[in-house]
Amino acid sequence: MSADGISRRAFAGGIAALTLARRAGAQGYAGLGETADGFAKVTPGKIFAFPADHGPHPEFRIEWWYLTANLRDGSGAACGLQWTLFRQAAQPGPQGEGWANQQIWMAHAAVTRADTHRFNEVFSRGGIGQAGVTATPFAAWIDDWEMKGLDRTDDRSLAPLTLKASSTDFSYALTLEADRPVVLQGDRGYSRKSERGQASYYYSQPFYRARGTLTIDDKVVDVSGQAWMDREWSSQPLDTDQTGWDWLSLHLASGDKLMLYRLRQKDGRDYPFGNWISAAGETKMIAGGDIQMIPKATAEVAGRKLPVEWQIAIPSRSFAIACKPLNPKAWMGTGFSYWEGPIGFAGTHDGVGYLELTGY
Amino acid sequence: MRRALWILAVLLSHWRRHKMQFATLLVGLIAATALWSGVQAINQQARTAYDRAAATFGGSRTAMLVAPDTATFSQDLFVKLRRAGWPVSPALEGRVQINGRSLRLLGIEPVTLPVDVGNAPRLGAADLGSFVAPPGQTLVARETLSDLRAQEGAALPTSDGATLPPLRVLPQLVPDVLVVDIGVAQRLLNKPDQVSRLLVGKPRSTPAPLASVVGDQLQLIEPSAETELERLTDSFHLNLTAFGLLSFFVGLFIVNSAVGLAFEQRLPMLRTLRACGASARLVNTVLVIELVVLALVAGLIGLVCGYFIAAVLLPDVAASLRGLYGAQIPGQLSLRPEWWLAGIGISIAGALVAAATSLIKAIRMPVLATAQPRAWQQRQRRWLVLQSCAACAVFAVALLLLRFGESLIAGFGVLAALMLGAALILPALLELLLLAGQRTARQPLALWFWADSRQQLSGLSLALMALLLALAVNVGVSTMVETFSRTFLGWLNGRLAADVYISASDNAQAVAIRSWLRERSEVQAILSGGRAETQVQGQPVELLGLPDHALYRERWPLLETAPRAWTRLVPGNAAFISEQLSRRLNVHIGDVIEVPAPGGTWELDIVGIYADYGNPRGQLTVNVAALIRQFPQTPQTRIGLIVARENIPGLIAALQKQFALGERNVADQATVKAESIRIFNRTFAVTSALNAFTLGVAGIALLTSLLTLANSRLPQLAPLWAIGITRPRLAAIELTKTLSVALFTALLAVPLGLVVAWCLIAIVNVKAFGWRLPFHVFPLQLVELVAVALIASLFAALLPMIRLARMQPTSLVKVFANER
Repeated sequence: MSADGISRRAFAGGIAALTLARRAGAQGYAGLGETADGFAKVTPGKIFAFPADHGPHPEFRIEWWYLTANLRDGSGAACGLQWTLFRQAAQPGPQGEGWANQQIWMAHAAVTRADTHRFNEVFSRGGIGQAGVTATPFAAWIDDWEMKGLDRTDDRSLAPLTLKASSTDFSYALTLEADRPVVLQGDRGYSRKSERGQASYYYSQPFYRARGTLTIDDKVVDVSGQAWMDREWSSQPLDTDQTGWDWLSLHLASGDKLMLYRLRQKDGRDYPFGNWISAAGETKMIAGGDIQMIPKATAEVAGRKLPVEWQIAIPSRSFAIACKPLNPKAWMGTGFSYWEGPIGFAGTHDGVGYLELTGY
Repeated sequence: MRRALWILAVLLSHWRRHKMQFATLLVGLIAATALWSGVQAINQQARTAYDRAAATFGGSRTAMLVAPDTATFSQDLFVKLRRAGWPVSPALEGRVQINGRSLRLLGIEPVTLPVDVGNAPRLGAADLGSFVAPPGQTLVARETLSDLRAQEGAALPTSDGATLPPLRVLPQLVPDVLVVDIGVAQRLLNKPDQVSRLLVGKPRSTPAPLASVVGDQLQLIEPSAETELERLTDSFHLNLTAFGLLSFFVGLFIVNSAVGLAFEQRLPMLRTLRACGASARLVNTVLVIELVVLALVAGLIGLVCGYFIAAVLLPDVAASLRGLYGAQIPGQLSLRPEWWLAGIGISIAGALVAAATSLIKAIRMPVLATAQPRAWQQRQRRWLVLQSCAACAVFAVALLLLRFGESLIAGFGVLAALMLGAALILPALLELLLLAGQRTARQPLALWFWADSRQQLSGLSLALMALLLALAVNVGVSTMVETFSRTFLGWLNGRLAADVYISASDNAQAVAIRSWLRERSEVQAILSGGRAETQVQGQPVELLGLPDHALYRERWPLLETAPRAWTRLVPGNAAFISEQLSRRLNVHIGDVIEVPAPGGTWELDIVGIYADYGNPRGQLTVNVAALIRQFPQTPQTRIGLIVARENIPGLIAALQKQFALGERNVADQATVKAESIRIFNRTFAVTSALNAFTLGVAGIALLTSLLTLANSRLPQLAPLWAIGITRPRLAAIELTKTLSVALFTALLAVPLGLVVAWCLIAIVNVKAFGWRLPFHVFPLQLVELVAVALIASLFAALLPMIRLARMQPTSLVKVFANER
């Protein structure tokens, strides 16, 4: 039983349906359970190489650069933001030139405060430069949304970075600093998703310190806090009977980080997984049987009932917390919709984090 | 509440006994609503068709960025702009030849294509994949598919040996356009990494200024709110709407007659109800409720009928879209809520207006009033005089409006007054005619024939009025449509005189193009024009310079001319003025107009007035050489060519290759013209079908009136039968009578219809748009219409006549029973 991190960030599936009229036959959430014929396979034992692996892996079907940040403004009010770039290959095989390139890019950006939640999405085709990622120097962009390295950016920590996105009613610009290297999830970056071998390559940088400005309705505020980036690529990350997941990234006040999720199955059972990352950057997987994730309260958003409050316990680590969302209405009404927003938690441990609910 | 229901039940029982009357009422309301809503749906649909032409994936409706000097530019500019926050989407346009046909090829990029592009066709998310991914798709209109004689899914070869992606029909597309992915277009047109223009969508945030991103390499072209075609057809649709309204009135006439008669027949019933203790207020409320419910039911049925009328008339646009693309396509013949509401509203309002007099009478009715159903008809007769006076008053109003009215509303007022007056005076005219007939009669039977016709008139007059209006509307519509189509097509021929228009990027290129063209054998003539802008009496005026060429003399549509007008234009001291401008400035032939020019005032004798339909700006036409002398800055970049149709595609391709001219710089007017004409013809076809419907309504009015009358006429007919005139003979006499009054009505309708058409063309149109269509009369069409009217009357009269011819003698004998 794998306790690896899962590709919660599997929204790239949104692109799957965009690029191919396969939606009717799509398997699992957003088509992520589709078979990977022709695409490169995820196998154990890969040796990660940076900066190359910060860049795209077009031979795999899907890939993402996914960043969430828990911030506070000058008055101490909490807010959160999301910046995500997804890549999806419509077809396997050699990369087409120009417009014939089979890569499709999609990005989501969102800001959340206790009283508001704003989001937007952008699409682009690959091959012409409207969207893309380069490893050296590091840059990930789509239109004028971008995540970019500076001259002094270190390949091991993927920091510092600048980040920006703008929409009609919000925009943000952040600088991200980190002094610890990126963390390989799962088994040295090989993250198994099911008993049948679905897996992804997965690493994270959970130690970003973020600082910048956030603009909502033309009102600019200075913000600072912590951020978490996930990098993941795969060709078939979900099993066909997996319908969605509940995922959490937690910044503990102690400086430790915790990644938790449970995959829900069609038969009603679910599988929790976890990964404890110490403040020094050492990872420790948590066995599924050792994790209790109990939905406590639901919120009705966009006509769906979503479990936005949770009680979470890991007895072996004497860990028991209650999570509450900053804004229960953090619904991402994008082409492929889901709930994603900042949370706060208290109990044996205090802290902030991000919660993601998909497949509801 | 219970009491109200009982009263309603009692009132409704009347309809059970008078089924025909009930049918008349419903048919009137249904027909009125159906015609009105049908016309609305057609209008809306036609507008959508123009939109469709204008908005093909970012036509003139979308703001766009183009390169000022070159036909295409590098797509790197597209990427640059996107990265600077500009919501642009690239498009590449060119022409390809398939089986000898030249077609427009449009390459689009569906992922970034702005979604807020008017009525532009849209690709669903699910279709997007197969459009983009190899082999891709070629989207075409259904018409194009049949023109190409190809099946969906076929991959057609182009004359260059390339292969198009498989064809797929996208119904909202304009004909003769092939829409492919931009990558495919770049390959087919052999323009790698090039785009013709960037469509600008709604910005996500404030983008950087254009010049800071691309310098002066691109310029922004703002969208035009209204297309040329739309401006031209605005007038046509205004008229169509007017006719829709008239048709509605025809229906209301029927309702009015049915309600009036029913009310008189129900008087004893109402009186009894009141005597039983039902309050006047309750009875009246129930009467109104009954009417509203009937109107509601009839309105709904009418709307459905109207929908079908429109759907049948517009087969290619209606239902087919619905099934294929769901409800999201704007402008499909969708049952929009406001359309339903308006239809129902107008049905109810119409019914209430038509029943107003009867309802008011019921409200004022004293409890002990006696019922006089026969007297109602008699009184109508007494009203003839009154009615004629009213008609004269209405005519007077029409004259006053015509003389002093300035606004568009006044124009419509004239129209409405004319129709109303004519309807009101009809019974009096018929009465006079029948009286004259009676005076000439010698035979007793003939004498009876005339006298009885007169006596029957009061009962038939409303139906005849409806027939008169319907026929007048018909004459009006046909005249207007025919006039419009001839004028428009003629004008189009004149204005788009050249077959190919070239606009060079600068004068030097224009000179080069001209000398190149002189070497080409297929070019029959090179016409160089020019345009300049100025202001005359504070109004922006466009100066159009035309070369002196026989083609213009032949085709340019002049409304009024001085002698030798074209010759006088050559020296440069004379001009033609557009109709709109001549009205606005109050300038006529022989007047002199002073035009401010860079070298001083330019005095121009007005030697001609020409039609410039649809152009909101004033225009003066002068000789092009004179224009350049007066306005030296005039770019001489516009070149018109006369080329045989079959040589056009080849020439355009050669031109584009030689001088790197884009689609915008070389226009194949022959194709544009053909496309416009096709759209127009469809709309015209629709109206002629509409005509048939209006006439149908009048026929129904006549039928229902005759049926209502048939029973009450027995007492008049029984004595004739008793003195030995056979039933078939009696039926024949009745038929002759009906047909003769119908004929007379039809003959009266012809001049009325012509006056109506004239009103629309000469008053309403001028007030609304500032230009006037020439008025043509089409006699054959009129004869045809009178014949159709008679046939309709014949059918309407036939049923009651057959009934009479087959009537049991006992029924006739009964008339002499003691009750009479």
